[in-house]
Amino acid sequence: MDFELILRVYPYFLEAAVVTIELSVLTILLGLACGALGAAARLSRFALLRFLGAAYVSVFRGTPALIQLFILYFGGPQIGIQLDAFEAGVIGLGVNIGAYMTETMRGAIVSVDHGQTEAARTLGLSRAQAFRKVTLPQAMRLMIRPLGVNINAQIKGTALVAAISVVELTYTAQRYIGSTYKPFEMFFIAGILYMIIITVTGKGIAFLDRKARLP
Amino acid sequence: MTEANKFVDIRHAQKSYGELEVLKDISLSVDRGEIVAIIGPSGSGKSTLLRAINDLDPLTGGEVWLDGVQINKDLPYRQYEKHINAMRQQVGMVFQHFNLFPHLSVRDNVTMAPKMLKGISDAEANALAEEQLKHVGMLERIDYFPSQLSGGQKQRVAIARALAMKPKLMLFDEATSALDPELVEEVNLVMKRLAEEHMTMIIVTHEMDFAASVCDRVIFMDKGVVVEEGPPSVVFQNPTEERTREFLRKHLSQYAEGAK
Repeated sequence: MDFELILRVYPYFLEAAVVTIELSVLTILLGLACGALGAAARLSRFALLRFLGAAYVSVFRGTPALIQLFILYFGGPQIGIQLDAFEAGVIGLGVNIGAYMTETMRGAIVSVDHGQTEAARTLGLSRAQAFRKVTLPQAMRLMIRPLGVNINAQIKGTALVAAISVVELTYTAQRYIGSTYKPFEMFFIAGILYMIIITVTGKGIAFLDRKARLP
Repeated sequence: MTEANKFVDIRHAQKSYGELEVLKDISLSVDRGEIVAIIGPSGSGKSTLLRAINDLDPLTGGEVWLDGVQINKDLPYRQYEKHINAMRQQVGMVFQHFNLFPHLSVRDNVTMAPKMLKGISDAEANALAEEQLKHVGMLERIDYFPSQLSGGQKQRVAIARALAMKPKLMLFDEATSALDPELVEEVNLVMKRLAEEHMTMIIVTHEMDFAASVCDRVIFMDKGVVVEEGPPSVVFQNPTEERTREFLRKHLSQYAEGAK
């Protein structure tokens, strides 16, 4: 292992790691928004919305994220969607992870005991009030850990945007291999940085989960 | 409006799940302040009937009236929601599995609905919680969470939660069935106290001795029909129907106690 080389190039990798973090944060935020909408659609009392929610989930979970990204970035201009690589990465991957988050959120909501809704409704609360005050606070607690799994997958999933030339960690590693011929070192640095990001995030999620736990 | 003087009036209640008819044209009424027990084997439809009263399990036919107002009115969705929410505020319900809100303290379990629906202040809500919890002997647990309570304590809080809405009618759906035997009595005592205060109560129960000692009237249901009804002394000690006798034989120990 060429430590001297690592010390020389790692500042560039840190810059790239910032891009990976930005991509992660933005795709996760977009994913959470899509997930909330998707779950609301899946659980709607309107059949059309339920159908659209289900279609969203099966299309985006049923095809490779890389294909979705290519369709958006390379195919987009053909149908009048012009995005730069970073924008395409955020939108493509955010909408993709949103499909997984839809199922996570829906699962947490339906696993709250139906007796909870019944108790709230018998007191006179409306459907919406019962959901907001009784079901949702309990579902939110249940969804922290499984959303953490989605988030973990998404951070690693940002590596896909290297394929559309966004200068993040994986792309940076590939680029330095071209000039250094040291793939082991370059991917090693990238790997370590991914692991740091994921470990810190994981700790944060575990902390939230503990905070949210009921007595 | 005919028969508006009847407080709770169930008219030709019918309920089917596809082919299966669980309530077959049941009509019965309950007077203000009356305490009625509904007994019967499991699958007799007694819980379904109780849950039809506040429309948790909507009927497929028939009407339910409370104090001169039809509960299960045929209205467009939004209007119906508004109507049923207003009606349910007047009907308290206690469940077999308590269904306390685990994410809220005992205090908040009791005050949530009155705060949201009646717009009372925090101070009023606190006074209300204290009053209702004192009533069921749970005041000292006001800042506990449901998971920190025994089953009997949970059920007493659930009763206080229902009473905090100042209902006209209380429905009990096997309120003591999920409790360890030694915890049944504390819940029964609370229900007895409510009975003494002339709360109108409809109680689905398996406890014959409780029904015998507290209720004004006992309704025996089997296979979706009311087989027999009358004062406990008659239904328990002199049932006229063979099906009632057979049911009571199976609950003989309770029957013997209730007949004392």
